[in-house]
Amino acid sequence: MSRPRHPWHDGAMADRNAVHLVLGDEELLAARAVGDLVAAARAAEPDAELRQYMAGELVAGELAEMLSPSLFGGARVLVLRSGQDAKKDVIAALLAYAKSPDDDVTLIVQHVGGAKGKALSDGLKSAGAKVATVPKISRPRERVDFVTSEVRRLGGKAGDAAAEALIAAVGNDLRELASACSQLVADTDGNIDVRTVSRYYKGRAEVSGFNVADAALVGDVSGALEALRWALHIGVDPVPIADAIADGVRTVARVASAGRGSAYQIAGNLGMPPWKVERAQRQARGWTPDALVDAMQAAAECNAAVKGGSDDRAYALERAVFAVAAARQGGGAR
Amino acid sequence: MTVWADLVGQDAAIETLSRAARAARAVVDGESVEPGAMTHAWLFTGPPGSGRSVAARAFAAALQCPDGGCGVCAACHTTLGGTHADVRFVVPEGLSISVSEMRALVLRAASSPTQGRWQVLLVEDADRLTEAAGNALLKAVEEPPARTVFLLCTPSTHPDDISVTIRSRCRVVTLRQPPAEAVAEVLVRRDGIPPNVATWAASAAQGHVGRARHLARDPQAQSRREAVLAVPRRLTGVGACFDAANALIEAAESEAAASTSAVDAKEKAALETALGAGGTGKGAAGAARGTKGQITDLERRQKTRATRSQRDALDRALVDLAGFYRDALVSSVGAPVAPVHADVAGQSAAAARRWSPESTLRRLEAVLECRAAIDANVKPRIAVEAMMLALWRG
Repeated sequence: MSRPRHPWHDGAMADRNAVHLVLGDEELLAARAVGDLVAAARAAEPDAELRQYMAGELVAGELAEMLSPSLFGGARVLVLRSGQDAKKDVIAALLAYAKSPDDDVTLIVQHVGGAKGKALSDGLKSAGAKVATVPKISRPRERVDFVTSEVRRLGGKAGDAAAEALIAAVGNDLRELASACSQLVADTDGNIDVRTVSRYYKGRAEVSGFNVADAALVGDVSGALEALRWALHIGVDPVPIADAIADGVRTVARVASAGRGSAYQIAGNLGMPPWKVERAQRQARGWTPDALVDAMQAAAECNAAVKGGSDDRAYALERAVFAVAAARQGGGAR
Repeated sequence: MTVWADLVGQDAAIETLSRAARAARAVVDGESVEPGAMTHAWLFTGPPGSGRSVAARAFAAALQCPDGGCGVCAACHTTLGGTHADVRFVVPEGLSISVSEMRALVLRAASSPTQGRWQVLLVEDADRLTEAAGNALLKAVEEPPARTVFLLCTPSTHPDDISVTIRSRCRVVTLRQPPAEAVAEVLVRRDGIPPNVATWAASAAQGHVGRARHLARDPQAQSRREAVLAVPRRLTGVGACFDAANALIEAAESEAAASTSAVDAKEKAALETALGAGGTGKGAAGAARGTKGQITDLERRQKTRATRSQRDALDRALVDLAGFYRDALVSSVGAPVAPVHADVAGQSAAAARRWSPESTLRRLEAVLECRAAIDANVKPRIAVEAMMLALWRG
């Protein structure tokens, strides 16, 4: 699959396989990977002309023009963002180009992966593009690692505890975490511990109804109320919080009544994930059947209250938290 | 055989309505009638299954019929069949009747009757009118055109069911819960059901004519009822309560799915055909563009219908369950009334011996509270679970 080479380009600059595919939907990391590739290309060829496009806005004609060699020579770096949005004819043009890339052009395609625009990502891969995969960060552990390595990259030092505190305060968004890291490193001597984080960041960014329910079910009223206030403060709707409370009581009740046994066995019988069963088994200590009846009653009342039964939905939720904790305390003494 | 034949055990109401229908005929014929003999707005109230919509429909037929409801002429047939040009039926399939729907209907109701008699607007389930829709209707009921009649059906005249402003402009026809013998009689006569089955079904359905017929004919409905009546015995612990709740919810869901999914698929196929699905050739793809929204719209309507039908199914089960605790209470206080569920009277009597009357009453109230909670939009699963736990503890 060779094509006639233009004589005035023969022996020109060297990167003979300059098609890159950045794959993955972690936006910050993808942008960084693209930035690194651009920097590398420009390090090799300082005069290179940089052009960036959103792939969805491009038409095949434009693309052909940009990928064809320039009359005056000179390298070019072409960045296509959101490759998954590219139109059919653009994809066809890109794949045709990728099979016989031009030496002077560095083509960087960023693609979120997934089913949309799969023809482009698969086609580029099989055409021999260099693939850089940016991993999706979804587990808490990976996020903690991201923060510690981010601080290290910026020349500071942070332990896991500090990273966890920062994530609790800032939230799960990587871009916000990254900017918080750079701010912290810039504002301090670079040694970041939990105290440093709590000096600069107060509050909690990610609180869901499940935090409220978990605390209420183990009788931690103050913890549950704190989580509830934060959840309402950051705009969590009262209805999912009420549902989470009911779900918590239900899970504890079902697990408690399933008797003793391994979490996996019970999980199979009840159709729940084992981790949920394990957590419910811990929470189930201190609950009597009568107390669970009261707690479920409170959860049902709360569900009606947040759906228009009460004037003040926040108050209804607080009452439910108190009622659940009181039921556990009193053992269902009605 | 007059139009009133299907209205079971409602002699007083039939008397009122046929007198009004006679007056209405006099009005059509241009004779003078006493003021108030015929009224332009009617409110049919009564417990579920007493035949509110049947009564309203029969009255509409009597108004359109030149003989005041003979039951055999074209006007009677078309009205009872729902195809009469001057009778508009509003049968909400979703949870509520919206204001835009009601405005369109009110506009229609303002036109003159095409066949020279009466323009009738019949709203089944007027308790599902939203506040705004009720106000739109109120405007029309307040200043009705000369030959327009509004027939509204609600469970009661309570302000929760129908706004007081509408109620005060309507003449109320109160239907009573038909006695079980009357229901059984109509099942035997009209549907050809064996008398012993008819008697059992009429009593189990608590005066609900439609439900009695359904019970008598559909073995699945019978087995669902048996499952519901077995619930009190199965509540042996907290875990069993959740299992029972789960079974009840799933039964309601599958019952609803069985009744709606076939219609849903048919409607969707019809809409897709109308929008040009499956077309080939030049321009077929272009024509289909932009029609996704209409299909989504249909699916949304179907979803509200499915929600309603799920809740209705659950409500029927809860009514059956309430009947069981009612029987237990009746048996424990020794009241001289017939049990609702005569076939499980032994079980409810046995339960009554174990429970104090107070705890039976608490259980009965738990079932009724659960119905109210589901009505107030509590997640059905949560409401039913809370109820089962309360039933278990007593």
